[in-house]
Amino acid sequence: MSMLHIVNKSPFERVAFESCLAHAKAGDSILMIEDAVVGAVDGSSFSGKVKAAMSDKTVYVLGADLAARGLEGKVMDGIVSVDYAGFVDLTANNDTTQSWL
Amino acid sequence: MKYTIMVNEGPYQHQSADTALQFARAVLEKGHEIFRVFFYHDGVNNGTRLSVPPADDRLIQKSWSELAEKHGLDLVICIAAAQRRGLMDADEAKRQGLDANNIAPGFRISGLGQLVEGGIQSDRLVVFGD
Repeated sequence: MSMLHIVNKSPFERVAFESCLAHAKAGDSILMIEDAVVGAVDGSSFSGKVKAAMSDKTVYVLGADLAARGLEGKVMDGIVSVDYAGFVDLTANNDTTQSWL
Repeated sequence: MKYTIMVNEGPYQHQSADTALQFARAVLEKGHEIFRVFFYHDGVNNGTRLSVPPADDRLIQKSWSELAEKHGLDLVICIAAAQRRGLMDADEAKRQGLDANNIAPGFRISGLGQLVEGGIQSDRLVVFGD
């Protein structure tokens, strides 16, 4: 059973992103949308935790939300950018979804 | 694949109402089916027809109504959340003795059981909110 974890709040605003990383299991997928996309930026005080998660999970970011915040080109290596169609595919290809509101 | 989408955030609040709308469009473009969209908490405010944003802004509520009309979507507003926030259809306004209703086309008011049914009947339940 694989799960898609959807995170929509900045890790600097709430602990939801950190809780997500603590609960997600190997083989799960994590998708950053809305303000959570700042978690994709390389070199922040949070990026180490995302890098650690990438050892056994796949991490995605919604490209439109990244672009809206001017953060394209600042994303750490290994994070996969998806559009809304890719977002839908992630929900279909994982058995369940969990939104970390 | 069959989807139920849950929307817990109102329009123009943060971003989730917009995200849910764009996700719903992408689900339909991919050829999937949307069994139901359930609006809960402040999400019920997506179902008022009396919102008038500035002319250069998007009208989220109307976008839901148009999507519902085009694809025959079932847009359901939670009754308890709606009553707290002054969201009424004609029947409910009459029952409460109120002088107006404001529900947008394509929306209907019902109970939480509709969310449970959506979860059971759909392959995926995707939640958007604050």
